[in-house]
Amino acid sequence: MRNQSNRPLSPHLQIYRWTPTMLSSISHRASGIVNAIGAVFLAVWLIGAANGPEAFAAVNGIAASWFGQLVMFLWSFALFYHLCNGIRHLVWDVGVGLDPETARLTALSAYGVAAALTIFVWIWAFIA
Amino acid sequence: MAEFRLPKNSRISKGKHYAAPKDAKRVKTFRVYRWEPEAGQNPRVDSYEIDLDRTGPMVLDAMIKIKNELDPTLTFRRSCREGVCGSCAFNIDGKNTLACTMRTEDIDGDVRIYPLPHMPVVKDLVTDLTHFYAQLESIEPWIKTDTAKPSRERLQTPEDRAKLDGYYECILCACCSTACPSYWWNPERYLGPAVLLQAYRWIVDSRDEATGERLDELEDPFKLYRCHTIMNCANTCPKGLNPARAIAETKKLLVERRG
Repeated sequence: MRNQSNRPLSPHLQIYRWTPTMLSSISHRASGIVNAIGAVFLAVWLIGAANGPEAFAAVNGIAASWFGQLVMFLWSFALFYHLCNGIRHLVWDVGVGLDPETARLTALSAYGVAAALTIFVWIWAFIA
Repeated sequence: MAEFRLPKNSRISKGKHYAAPKDAKRVKTFRVYRWEPEAGQNPRVDSYEIDLDRTGPMVLDAMIKIKNELDPTLTFRRSCREGVCGSCAFNIDGKNTLACTMRTEDIDGDVRIYPLPHMPVVKDLVTDLTHFYAQLESIEPWIKTDTAKPSRERLQTPEDRAKLDGYYECILCACCSTACPSYWWNPERYLGPAVLLQAYRWIVDSRDEATGERLDELEDPFKLYRCHTIMNCANTCPKGLNPARAIAETKKLLVERRG
């Protein structure tokens, strides 16, 4: 903000107490960024598949390594979190769930449901 | 662009300490943001030990006690001391609220009092609200009509009057706007929750005849649509109002009129 003389700016993030809804908002943004980066890795994997067996083996080798799997695990959580919280935003857009208590509960639920879906998908992936 | 760190001149240093009288039994420490414009120094946080047995129940009571008995230089706005005027809005215990309606005993540990967040500080807990008021003025918060002046008041059905409930009670303390991270990062272009709640209060008023123009004014990527439903406004409002709902309803009206 435009500031007259040498007036200090009052502290903001430094002092404000975090709330679940605040955390969910920044998580939504962060998971959106992770999803975009994840989409690039998915494209690289597909390009590998399109370029013959050797190229695919090289790309898939990285993806199947423990590090690749860890990255994919986190990516899948970001994907599910963005989905769950996105549904929250859709419901808000029709004017429902905006009272503070409901917003707090749905903020926390989005993390829980996203975690459950992520674990479910990974168990399913390892069994199938 | 969001600037997360405080500018160099705004970083807080350690301040003075005022100890409680020796015979005090229930001591509570109040940590209060201080900035003296003529000292040429950075802001600091002074701590005052207060005997709760010798002060009133509200945070404002303790602040007035500090000013009267410990440090007359402490500067803050206050007036009605009953949650109606909206003057004593500060960041107390990490959340914006009115010092006059906040009970000291509801706060665990030390009572931390800062000015309303992300605002230019005039002195101590007094922030410059000029821009906030200019934004309020920009939405023309008064009744606008085209039709001929009736011979008596413009009437309203009880149902239409009820549409103002939850909005007309706003006291413009600025707690919500200065709690909103979106307003922190875009104060020049985003109107912020308090002003948008006021805008909605006139949009839904059945007596107002400028609804279309009011909506036209708000249909802007920054003025209205910087709301990301962070919900700090509704969580912090000392009057229990919900600016986030007013903003959502305004967005709905904008979609509905597109048909």
